[in-house]
Amino acid sequence: MLPVLDDEVVRHRIAKRIALDLEDQAVVNLGIGIPTLVSDYLPSDRQMILQTENGVVGAGPIPDKPDLRYIGAGGRALSLIPGSSIVASDFSFGLIRGGHLDATVLGTLEVDEEGSLANWWIPGKLVPGMGGAMDLVTGAKNVYVATTHLDKKGRPKLVRKCTLPLTGVGVVTTIVTEFCVVRRKEEKMVLCEIAPEVSVEEVVANTGMTLVIPSKPETMLGI
Amino acid sequence: MKKTMPRPVIGAEKAVGYIRDGMSVMIGGFNYGGIPYTLVDALAASGVKDLHLIANDTAYANEEHPEGIGHGKLVVNRQVRKVTASHVGLNRETGRLFNEGRLDLELVPQGTFVERIRCGGFGLGGFLSPTGVGTIYEEGRQTLEISGEKFIVELPLKADVALIRACKADTWGNLIYVGTNRNFNPLMATAADLVFAEVDEIVEAGDLDPDCIVTPGILVDALVLKGDSYYASRT
Repeated sequence: MLPVLDDEVVRHRIAKRIALDLEDQAVVNLGIGIPTLVSDYLPSDRQMILQTENGVVGAGPIPDKPDLRYIGAGGRALSLIPGSSIVASDFSFGLIRGGHLDATVLGTLEVDEEGSLANWWIPGKLVPGMGGAMDLVTGAKNVYVATTHLDKKGRPKLVRKCTLPLTGVGVVTTIVTEFCVVRRKEEKMVLCEIAPEVSVEEVVANTGMTLVIPSKPETMLGI
Repeated sequence: MKKTMPRPVIGAEKAVGYIRDGMSVMIGGFNYGGIPYTLVDALAASGVKDLHLIANDTAYANEEHPEGIGHGKLVVNRQVRKVTASHVGLNRETGRLFNEGRLDLELVPQGTFVERIRCGGFGLGGFLSPTGVGTIYEEGRQTLEISGEKFIVELPLKADVALIRACKADTWGNLIYVGTNRNFNPLMATAADLVFAEVDEIVEAGDLDPDCIVTPGILVDALVLKGDSYYASRT
């Protein structure tokens, strides 16, 4: 059994770990939910250039006085950092598809050992649409999946093969959960780091995908 | 509609009067930003029906706003027979009507959506996109392999009418935008037979810096001044 951690601890732990992975001046698109928190944890000696699907390059935090003419992809007002620019949607997705983003961080419903993820639709439920997610996972140089290790029913979200409609095939480069960091290396999923309160055996027992286990996985950074 | 100079400044009701039952209509906006609210509200009030709505999303309709916000109203009012969009999750009526078989819904990845409009407006026969390859989106679509990489063949999107939102216009119809209101609006201005632009203000020709103009006025048929509804006045 994996320990049960407080929801907020989980969310912030995942966000912080991903933030530590991003290099100075990285151009990054953050999805809604846990990914939004990543920008709060960037080390002070690094700057991240946040891109939003609706055209901002260089988005800043929510301003004190929101101006609804400047919003992020989730609809929240944003500020512009000095040096930012705004483009139309064709250009924004040109940047995304064209490989000009260093990273995109998204949540998921499932992610599998082939590096595919499913995060846009549960058949039988109302179909929300894929929005920009398919373009982001196709074009960004690094695709970070930020997810709880288990779903609400206690089932692994890291699965052998996704059963839900895919967002992208073989695109995921790194998975960060509250208990581990998994990186895709040479088409295999490698358990690189684990949280201090769990054992390798506990992580493996709660993971559907086949993991390559190094002789000694590192302790998860940032905890 | 023959273009006249200076560009006519007309009321929203007159503009949407050009939209007939069954027409395709592009509407700018992303989430609640950059929607031509005054034009859209007039279209919602007009009762025109069987529209093919081409918009990134279907704006909002939820518990708090069951009547809908922006072009969300068109779906709620059952004025739309088909929607082409990338995301409809914020309008509960779109999903419900689709599930009941009362609405034709074409979902397209957002980058593909806007590029299809760009192709429509710029005279291209289509383009090849890597987005969606290997997913359910690829099913039923033509693919091509170029240098060992698979692409989906995407076709242009055009419309009878585009309703767009800009910030300032000059009397020639040249447009500049502000903030994230820009989004799909400059693309839609290229891809429709009739283009109506809702703006905050209209200045004399020559008062906008030509280097900063995003949409040349030759694409715009008429201008409409924004109204004072909650969202029109705040976005």
